Amino acid sequence: MFFLKQHEHIQFFYKFVPMTFEQVKQILKTKTVGIAGCGGLGSNCAVSLARVGIGRLVLADFDLVEEGNLNRQFYFYDQIGMLKVAAMKQNLFRINPDVRVNTFDIRLCQSDIIEVYSKCDVIVEAFDKAEMKHMILETVHNYMPDKYLIMGVGMAGWGENNLIRSRQSDKLIICGDELNAISKDNPPLAPRVGVVANMQANAVLEILLGTNEHQVHS
Amino acid sequence: MKVILNNKEEVFDVDTLTINGLLKIKKFTFKMLVIKVNGQLIKKSDYDMATVNDGDDVMVLHLISGG
Repeated sequence: MFFLKQHEHIQFFYKFVPMTFEQVKQILKTKTVGIAGCGGLGSNCAVSLARVGIGRLVLADFDLVEEGNLNRQFYFYDQIGMLKVAAMKQNLFRINPDVRVNTFDIRLCQSDIIEVYSKCDVIVEAFDKAEMKHMILETVHNYMPDKYLIMGVGMAGWGENNLIRSRQSDKLIICGDELNAISKDNPPLAPRVGVVANMQANAVLEILLGTNEHQVHS
Repeated sequence: MKVILNNKEEVFDVDTLTINGLLKIKKFTFKMLVIKVNGQLIKKSDYDMATVNDGDDVMVLHLISGG
């Protein structure tokens, strides 16, 4: 464990690499990001990654688009009833026709996660249920320990901007307030869900563009 | 002992604690917990055996639904 002052931290670990958007795209187009779940976190994270020119997205979700999803998930009213992965693919192509998208219309279990995401450079956890979050964390830690896993934990409700944060332990990155679980009286809504989804996308870029502290250090 | 618990330094007046001991002292009673000690994931079945010692970096993560 290193105890470093803030400026030392930056000097030793944080590598700022200035790049043009063209240079960013050159790197990103060779990369594959897996997204587990295409709800509020997954759909918004995928859209951001498609916009900046990620090469390939691997998406999995078993669900259909419902009207109640539209308060936060990146789907449209005329897509209600469609498979989320199919609707997502449509929407991503409308933003960036160059992104390659692999979709899996399945409820992911441990063996699926290993099979579906083993070729990805980074995995984004975008599940709804805590049990599923636990399952993917254990699976990646036990079977794919070299992979970065970026999780979203705590994004229900509104306001409290300053509670939303991220932290890292080795290749596990947690984004969210780690506090606000969804419930009837604390629904997930577009602003906060979008913030966390985009923090996850931002962490993906930090890893893929080589500026993540763990990567520089290792 | 001094440990880093969730990125903050904390001092305990014992030399070692089991995971369950630590959870009890800190009153962490959540159901869906993930615990890492020095980057190593600790299985729930090991919470009575695995220990936290001086200088350890401990992450206690409470998984909650939403996404």
